[in-house]
Amino acid sequence: MLNKARGLMAWLLGCALLMGSPATLAEYGKRWAFNMTSGVTPSSREIYSLHMQMFWWCVAVSVIVFGIMFVSMYLHRKSRGVKPANFHESTVLEVFWTAIPLIILTAMCVPATKSLIALYDTSEAKLDVVITGYQWRWKYDYLNEDLSFFSNLSTPREQIEGLAPKGPHYLLEVDEPLVVPINTKVRFLITAADVIHAWWVPALGIKKDAIPGFINESWAVIEEPGIYRGQCAELCGRDHGFMPIVVEAKTQEDYQAWLTEKQAAAEALAALTEKTFTFDELYERGQQVYGQWCVACHQAGGEGMPGIFPALKGGMSVGPIADHIDIVVNGSRGTAMQAFGSQLSEVDLAAVVTYERNAWGNNMGDMAQPIDIYNHKQGN
Amino acid sequence: MKLWPANATAALSIKLGATGVLMFVFAVWVLPPIYDVFCQVTGLNGKTGGRYEAVDMREVDTSRSITVQFIAVNNEEMPWQFKPSVRSIKVHPGEQTRVDYLAVNPTNRDMIAQAIPSVVPFKASTYFHKTECFCFEQQPLQAGESAEMPMLFIVDQDLPPEVHTITLSYTLFDVTDRFGEQEQVSMTGNL
Amino acid sequence: MAHGPAKGFSRWLFTTNHKDIGSMYLWFSFAMFIIGGMFALVVRAELFEPGMQIVDPNFFNQMTTLHGLIMVFGAVMPAFVGLANWMIPMMIGAPDMALPRMNNWSFWILPFAFFMLLSTLFMEGGGPNFGWTFYAPLSTTYAPPSVTFFIFSIHIMGVSSIMGAINIIATVLNMRAPGMTLMKMPMFVWTWLITAYLLILVMPVLAGVVTMMLMDIHFGTSFFDAAGGGDPVLFQHVFWFFGHPEVYIMILPAFGIVSAIIPTFARKPLFGYASMVYATAAIGLLSFIVWAHHMFTVGMPVAGELFFMYATMLIAVPTGVKVFNWVATMFKGAMTFETPMLFSIAFVILFTIGGMSGLMLAIAPADFQYHDTYFVVAHFHYVLVPGAIFSITAGVYYWLPKWTGHMYNEVLGKTHFWLAFVGLNVTFFPMHFSGLAGMPRRIPDYHMMFADWNMISSVGALLFGGAQILFLYIVIATVVRGKKATMEVWENPEGLEWTVPSPAPYHTFITPPDVK
Repeated sequence: MLNKARGLMAWLLGCALLMGSPATLAEYGKRWAFNMTSGVTPSSREIYSLHMQMFWWCVAVSVIVFGIMFVSMYLHRKSRGVKPANFHESTVLEVFWTAIPLIILTAMCVPATKSLIALYDTSEAKLDVVITGYQWRWKYDYLNEDLSFFSNLSTPREQIEGLAPKGPHYLLEVDEPLVVPINTKVRFLITAADVIHAWWVPALGIKKDAIPGFINESWAVIEEPGIYRGQCAELCGRDHGFMPIVVEAKTQEDYQAWLTEKQAAAEALAALTEKTFTFDELYERGQQVYGQWCVACHQAGGEGMPGIFPALKGGMSVGPIADHIDIVVNGSRGTAMQAFGSQLSEVDLAAVVTYERNAWGNNMGDMAQPIDIYNHKQGN
Repeated sequence: MKLWPANATAALSIKLGATGVLMFVFAVWVLPPIYDVFCQVTGLNGKTGGRYEAVDMREVDTSRSITVQFIAVNNEEMPWQFKPSVRSIKVHPGEQTRVDYLAVNPTNRDMIAQAIPSVVPFKASTYFHKTECFCFEQQPLQAGESAEMPMLFIVDQDLPPEVHTITLSYTLFDVTDRFGEQEQVSMTGNL
Repeated sequence: MAHGPAKGFSRWLFTTNHKDIGSMYLWFSFAMFIIGGMFALVVRAELFEPGMQIVDPNFFNQMTTLHGLIMVFGAVMPAFVGLANWMIPMMIGAPDMALPRMNNWSFWILPFAFFMLLSTLFMEGGGPNFGWTFYAPLSTTYAPPSVTFFIFSIHIMGVSSIMGAINIIATVLNMRAPGMTLMKMPMFVWTWLITAYLLILVMPVLAGVVTMMLMDIHFGTSFFDAAGGGDPVLFQHVFWFFGHPEVYIMILPAFGIVSAIIPTFARKPLFGYASMVYATAAIGLLSFIVWAHHMFTVGMPVAGELFFMYATMLIAVPTGVKVFNWVATMFKGAMTFETPMLFSIAFVILFTIGGMSGLMLAIAPADFQYHDTYFVVAHFHYVLVPGAIFSITAGVYYWLPKWTGHMYNEVLGKTHFWLAFVGLNVTFFPMHFSGLAGMPRRIPDYHMMFADWNMISSVGALLFGGAQILFLYIVIATVVRGKKATMEVWENPEGLEWTVPSPAPYHTFITPPDVK
């Protein structure tokens, strides 16, 4: 009995020590990680420090209390022939073990309070980003730069279904990361467009709920360039586990270069509205868009989920093209079908409609051009 | 007639049962209004309150310049184009300012929208006064129609000195089904 | 007018006998424990390796949701009520509960409620998939059609709990044997008395919150819908105003059970009886002012976060006092380690570990990294599994000889203990690590960096589940046969229940005993 108890204590203590050891303080993302990352912002480092302080206090108290218990279980056994004592109360002891924990807890409150107040101070930010949670992706909007884009999980379905080997950033990679400059106070304005989500990046020390109809704010100063990954942290439906967050922190010059490039790309994309595409171009592009945006609900073969998500093999895709465009652009009231008109470019919308009308044997033979989508959006 | 039966157990059971009923009443009829009032008075969840009637006309405080930022969010399924005419402007406390939000209904059906405002930082909410706002009423737009929706606001001179930036966001909801046939309601009490 | 029980099925349908009703509650809760456990095994099977192998993500969400609902409302709570029904009248020298017919109703509406809840899995759109905490608007605007049945079943469970709580308070306050003052009652009765008050105060709040959901979904109100001027965060406040006292409802009776068992097997009176009573009352009171520690990331103003952080840390003090008193009870006793004592000692150690992770979670800024991760899952499973469940198991082993008249098989009992002990630690300890490493809750698939911990957890879950099959065998075997149990069963145990024969007669204390 005592050996088992000693073994348990040793194991617990071992785990505790491992948590504090340099090996496990190594990079976030390594296997067999025991501990939280200390991250790359002053906030994350303060949180990590509070976490370790609390942890060691808990270990200390546990060692003392369990130590007394194990000693007692060894010494005060009937099989050792001891006679039980009869004492059953002591006001002094009760006061003692009420006061000591109170003192310890009060001591722990002080650094925790300081940190919390600092974490709430979003003033004097240099860059504002609006983050909107959708089912099941994030949208990033640079408030003063006229740049906004969606960020979708980019892990291929085949990897999830076990048909292809998993990449190194499985489920933690996106098509468009959020890019910010280092050493700059960035303010995040967080909201949602449907249900409650939560934006969490451990390396930044930020987790904030995204609540539909309300704005929350948080901030970070990222001190090291790099790529930081996080996940949605509030159950938001079917693909809650499939809407990751990737933040890329670049030097100021690299950030400016990226910004310019992105804005140019956005303009180019808008210009494509006027272009006429071939059927094959639309079909191929549409297949990609479908695989990114539609497949979660409507499935790879267009069969949907009876009773929940309608089939696109047949169904809407073989009806009048105007109705088909309308439902993709404006959504379907009272259902989970969102209005993708504000989420996808005209090219992408035209492409996905074209793909759906011709894939899986639908073979309607028709197609939509970006200008058709644009006109539909204008109400024509 | 005695309120409680003579039997101690019966009396106790009735009292406990009544407590249960009272707690239910508390949860449904007392907690939500308390929460709303608390939020309105303190501005603690970003609600800015209803229409503001300016009571005392004080001098505009030209020594302070506050940046007010504007955000527009479409709740899912809301297909309208909806955006502020400016992303941010600088105002002086006490100065009434007008900002328009542009809205277009691109669909082929008549719709009704509700804009819900939210302000950060929370401590600024009670100092951000809307004298006129499209969020006070539901906004109908016919198929294809567009509108410039105005809101007029004043930042209170008593805004805490450490606040330099106020961010106002509107989330646009499709409430066509809710109000289609019925009378619309004023939202000034719920914002 | 004492007579034996009726015969056949109508005995059970119409019984007003606290022993019968207690047995029904216990068997029902065990069945729910197995069902809830099977849902957990589906979850752990999918999480055995990265990738989606077994279930659809939407069905996975139904499994996690129903696992939580069944365990909380179908396993833990009814088990404690079953133990209360069996033991409270005997412990206070009363012939039965104060309201025996209401007692029957309290039980029988439960199978009905759970049948309705489980049947939602087969309805179109599936069962509830929004987590056992069912936040709006995921559980209102975006819920499957079966949500209405979910709401009705919650209402029924609430009514059952409230009626049970009324019964317990009336019994304890009005039916104690002469001479049994409040400060002479066993701790199990004290902890259940306080729990019953908590139930009366907060189960109606749960009923209120699901009623507001119902109104939002079907009657066009906007309690939780921002579009109509409502607030999803209001849901969280009202839910957790119920939810936090609820978790104390699930642990206070456990404290009472362990406070009965440790003195018996240490052969020493409970240390600090008065302190234990006051600490339990303090925990009950404080449980009402800590609820928003479940909401630290929701965007509360800093003053609110600080208040809830301080209050939550404060509640650790009376809880710690109780742990110290149990250790002081063991200290300088003459201990033996039969199965009930093994489960009770494991309770003290492992519940304390759960309490430690709870203290870490209380630190609001640190909680930004813990909230909605497996660190929280580890915390609450430590306080619920080696906490509540172990205490129930300990109570069953402790009182089974009194109920059945037979001793259970001690070797098998100890085997059950070690299998369960190893199984649960292998399942839940690694969750501390996967949570700290960054794994969120309620996800069906994950990056490879979490794979090792998840695989270990899944293996542990299978072991723990298997141990419960052994438990079932042990209980049935004891009911059917076993070494004859004496009246006292153990060595000089305290309590009136040990002054009646084993098995306890159908009616006990028809005349009240004299309590010194």
